[in-house]
Amino acid sequence: MAQIRVEALDKSFGNFHAVKEASFTVEDGEFLCLLGPSGCGKTTTLRMIAGLELPTAGTIRLDGEDVTMNRASARDIAFVFQLFALYPHMNVRRNIGFPLKCEGIGAAEADQRVVEAARILRISHLLDRPVSGLAGGDRQRVALGRAIVRKPKCFLMDEPLGALDTEMREAMIRELRALHDRLGATTVYVTHDQLEAMAMADMIAVMNNGVVEQVASPRDIYDRPASLFVADFIGSPPMNFLPFRGSLETGVQEIRLGEREVAIPTAREGLPESDLVLGVRPEHVRFADRGAVRGEIYGTEYLGTTQIVTVTTRYGALKARSPASVSFRTGENVGLDFRPDTLSIFDKASGRAIRTVLHEGGVHG
Amino acid sequence: MSIANTAHSVVEPLPGTRRLAGSLVVLYAVITMIPLVWIVLTSFKSPDDAISYPPKVVFTPSLEGFCNLFTTRSRQTPEFIRTLGPPQGLCDEIARGRNMVVAGPSNYVPRFVNSLIIAFGSTVLAVALGTLSAYGFSRFRVPLKDDLLFFILSTRMMPPIAVAIPIYLMYRAIGLSDTRLGMILLYTSVNVSLAVWLLKGFIDEIPREYEEAAMIDGYTRFQAFVKVVLPQATTGIAATAIFCLIFAWNEYAFAVLLTSGNAQTAPPFIPIIIGEGGQDWPAVAAGTTLFLVPIVVFTVLLRKHLLRGITFGAVRK
Repeated sequence: MAQIRVEALDKSFGNFHAVKEASFTVEDGEFLCLLGPSGCGKTTTLRMIAGLELPTAGTIRLDGEDVTMNRASARDIAFVFQLFALYPHMNVRRNIGFPLKCEGIGAAEADQRVVEAARILRISHLLDRPVSGLAGGDRQRVALGRAIVRKPKCFLMDEPLGALDTEMREAMIRELRALHDRLGATTVYVTHDQLEAMAMADMIAVMNNGVVEQVASPRDIYDRPASLFVADFIGSPPMNFLPFRGSLETGVQEIRLGEREVAIPTAREGLPESDLVLGVRPEHVRFADRGAVRGEIYGTEYLGTTQIVTVTTRYGALKARSPASVSFRTGENVGLDFRPDTLSIFDKASGRAIRTVLHEGGVHG
Repeated sequence: MSIANTAHSVVEPLPGTRRLAGSLVVLYAVITMIPLVWIVLTSFKSPDDAISYPPKVVFTPSLEGFCNLFTTRSRQTPEFIRTLGPPQGLCDEIARGRNMVVAGPSNYVPRFVNSLIIAFGSTVLAVALGTLSAYGFSRFRVPLKDDLLFFILSTRMMPPIAVAIPIYLMYRAIGLSDTRLGMILLYTSVNVSLAVWLLKGFIDEIPREYEEAAMIDGYTRFQAFVKVVLPQATTGIAATAIFCLIFAWNEYAFAVLLTSGNAQTAPPFIPIIIGEGGQDWPAVAAGTTLFLVPIVVFTVLLRKHLLRGITFGAVRK
């Protein structure tokens, strides 16, 4: 297994700048998710790590060795494709054993390793079946089998669960993570599904428009988003944004939102008067008659244990998560308050999060 | 009629429509078969029956046509024939009945062999070149790709025979005239454009991930091509091979112009089989019947691929 180090990786296709100076490190044995909307460059980044695309600039290091321009076959990595890429003209056993044939491993040892991989993935009974008749989850396991049979330096996976139905997907999320832990593998996993990323990853790299916006643990990504995009992309429903104008000084603990003061985590940097955005997660919105923001109930979405309440305010529609037992009338006038220790503040122009005490750790929502 | 008993699927044809379509197909098949049946029947007729009018449907079968196809004969006086020993086989016996003796084998077998070598040789070459270039066009960023593909297609826009005279002159100058190699190269160059276009369609349909997976597993691109792409392209390759073979096998105009003694193929040879007092129609028909056999066998062997191949790509998966 190995550490993967990506430094200032750039990729252009003609005029299209797909990946812009992406940098991150995946430590030995770590599970990193590349997360972002479609077209954000996450798959291109993964394909560059695999050697299926050559970067326009930047370097890729596997265990310190510069492999930027190496052929895919010389990198000793395994890749699981979204559509599995199982060879239809071979049965399961030959599909899994295909990478071993290339390494010139003897038939007896190869077969033993295929059987072992199949046992780990619980598909031993399928070994002599053609791949065409397999169900989605089993195809996925065969594709994983082909990846693990070689004992590569790392696993790269491109939305491997994208083609599965919801139920199978949830089971595979657990299986994939268990497999990762068992093999101690370094894994880079591309997905556009934040739930998948949150459930599986040690670290998440959020990408947008070719830029890596933030690399952090799932908890940090959620609690301390580094940019407006990350705050908006992660969380369902996403973070509420309240635009306001003001200045900040290091050490202040309040901002002025309209006519009211709102307590915030202590600011750790100053900013001259500019357009700012206050970010509040729906679960950190509280209903309080004397709250800082007033509005009218627009509607509710019942989710079982909780409900999402949409409130129309002068800052736009805000969403609040509240216990399902509380009842609201449409059109009712309510006051809203925010939990101060979890608020984020962003510079509107750059989208960057302003540093506060929140970024110093120790505060968890 | 009530709705209940007219209810039917909107996509399934009605039973009546289906029967009508079926009978039209059968009718078309029968009409198409008539010339073939005619040829096969004629090959078993005697020369007199072959040209009788109205045509005879019921006749005494004879192998004279096949004998005349494979032999050359010379006319002798009955007195001379009586001095000879017993007839040497069936054909000699038939010939003696017409006051002739078999003088030797005809040129049909060498012409047929030429046809086999030239048609299969050019098919193999055209399909091999076509597969490689189709793969290149399908997978790589080739500069001016669209223009090149159009150029390749444009070689089919005029009838090949339009360039027969220049080719004849060039072939004479470089010594390819009346050689098998020359004919193989010629048919290959005509067929390769068809092969590239057909095969590019098939290879485009094979997901790149297959090769990428193989390359990540440690194979070179060429190994991935051989082990992963080729097995999946067999359908397309078979269909393309049949089309190329049919063209090369049946080609007549270039063969007439460019071949004579050495490399002549069967198509220009068959119509000029002369018998006593003009065309020997049973022999011509026999030559044609035998000429059909290889292509029928080849097509029957590959018919599964052919059917799948022609409809391949019509519906995206």
